[in-house]
Amino acid sequence: MADNFFLPQASLDTLFAALAKDGRRILAPTDRDGRTELNPVDKPADVAKDYLQTILSAKEAAFPKVERLMSFTTGSKSVDLVDAEPHALPTVLFGVRPCEASGFRALDAVFNWDTRDRFFNARMEALAVIGVACTRKDDACFCTSVGGGPGSTAGSDILLTPVDGGFLAEVLTEKGKAMAALAPEAFKADPGLEKKVVDVPVAFDQPGLTRRLKDRFEDGIWVEQSLRCVGCGACAYVCPTCVCFDIVEESDAKGGHRLRTWDSCGGHMFTLHASGHNPRETQAQRWRQRVYHKFSYYPERYDMLGCVGCGKCTRACPVDMNLQEHLAEAAQA
Amino acid sequence: MDLREKSRQLLESGDVKAVIGYEQGTMGARRPAFVKKAEKADRLVFDEACAQNLATYLTRPEIRKLGRVAITARPDTLRAILQLMAERQVKEENVLALAGDGTVELASAQAIEEHLATSAKELPARDREILERLSKMDRAQRWAFWQGELSRCVKCYACRNSCPMCYCGHCTMDCNRPQWVPVASHALGNLEYHMVRAMHLAGRCVECGDCGRACPVGIPIHLLTFNCEESVHHQFGQRAGASSKLDYALSTFRPDDKETFIR
Repeated sequence: MADNFFLPQASLDTLFAALAKDGRRILAPTDRDGRTELNPVDKPADVAKDYLQTILSAKEAAFPKVERLMSFTTGSKSVDLVDAEPHALPTVLFGVRPCEASGFRALDAVFNWDTRDRFFNARMEALAVIGVACTRKDDACFCTSVGGGPGSTAGSDILLTPVDGGFLAEVLTEKGKAMAALAPEAFKADPGLEKKVVDVPVAFDQPGLTRRLKDRFEDGIWVEQSLRCVGCGACAYVCPTCVCFDIVEESDAKGGHRLRTWDSCGGHMFTLHASGHNPRETQAQRWRQRVYHKFSYYPERYDMLGCVGCGKCTRACPVDMNLQEHLAEAAQA
Repeated sequence: MDLREKSRQLLESGDVKAVIGYEQGTMGARRPAFVKKAEKADRLVFDEACAQNLATYLTRPEIRKLGRVAITARPDTLRAILQLMAERQVKEENVLALAGDGTVELASAQAIEEHLATSAKELPARDREILERLSKMDRAQRWAFWQGELSRCVKCYACRNSCPMCYCGHCTMDCNRPQWVPVASHALGNLEYHMVRAMHLAGRCVECGDCGRACPVGIPIHLLTFNCEESVHHQFGQRAGASSKLDYALSTFRPDDKETFIR
């Protein structure tokens, strides 16, 4: 059960200062060169005003676009391997939207599926999330169709909802309590504030879609929907739940590094076998995979969806592959 | 007659197998549409908001196998079609360009060339302004500008995949035996990728700006290829997409070349 407080706007300075004093880096949406991006900030004034969402997702904080897994040096008769240590700075993600905050669960499902991923877990342990509920949306948003909501507390350690003069602060977890305890003077008693968020209408029947996908695998719908897809990775790279990665080595005669990088099932080489065979040869098959992974395989394997309805993919797509619209179409008989 | 009526006629007569055009998309955007049946032609729109260069679809396997297609074409699209013809990627008989308001049929390379000759190529004002600003910077400042911008790159390849001239089935970026360019989107990987792309498009870029438009993180990446293209134009007096006959400044040998080192 959440502990509710009133956090006056002016008290954000106190909270930020207390978090910094505790040795934590604060990552928040910033407005840099006209783009809303997640960057380290020092004070609340550095945080973007009136942003909808960042372009890239918060997953960067736990699953960066490039991460070194190990290094090696080669001698004349030996190879020395050196494990890389996770670069896990104590971090507070401030201003993340509820959709993205809930997205870490989908990453966790894969990174802790069987092997516990050292890098992801180290970063997650060092991470705390102060979400900010949505008072604004756009046509790409569909959180309520996939079990989320503009005021959903899932994934946040503290959730702030804008109210007159500040925020309604819901302190939700032990991590949240620990942060609040760093600046107890910032959190005032809740005078019975009303939690008011934007209304996001449900756009399609998700359980129906998941059921419907079971017999739509060979349907022509995927060919039709994907005709305009150019096969880039923009949707996957901005997605808070897309977890696929590539492992590459960069080396010379003396040694090198093993790196983990983001990867995308939209790319034409994603499932290319060493034999030359590719089970997903066409863009239609790759587009289908994207939908099935999130709405059929995730529910089947992890009992959750691989989509939080943030709409980032739709906003990022150069050819307007509107996910919500395509899902609604696929959900219909 | 309007574009929809024209498209219906073309599809009904069997003159073309599909019309590649634009339709209403999300949040006021226009997006590519592929109309194969006459009764679906009402989806088509063709107005100022139609920005994407549809010529990029002409080299896709799914489109190639259709046979002859019509394509609603803005001037940049027409230039891309000519350049693709020059590079022998598109056959004249397989494309019918619908120019102007979408009802002007341009059925041959010559017709496209003549149509284009009536309007001079001009860079958009905003791009011209940034290019001028960049040209006034010293090298260190320009380096800092591009380092800042390229640090945002996530190597999604939206720029490459949107580009009508990036039609290679197997891109150097995807080569892993050997790995010419680092896969990772770290500083070196990003810089090498964008340098290779800019050089590969010098003299071939039709300056549609789709790479910059496609970039999800807002890097004005089209300015790199624009600048290379403008250099080629300045040095050799050529423009990509002006003709369907290949006369490619950077790979054509001439005994009377103005550079002595090549003779």
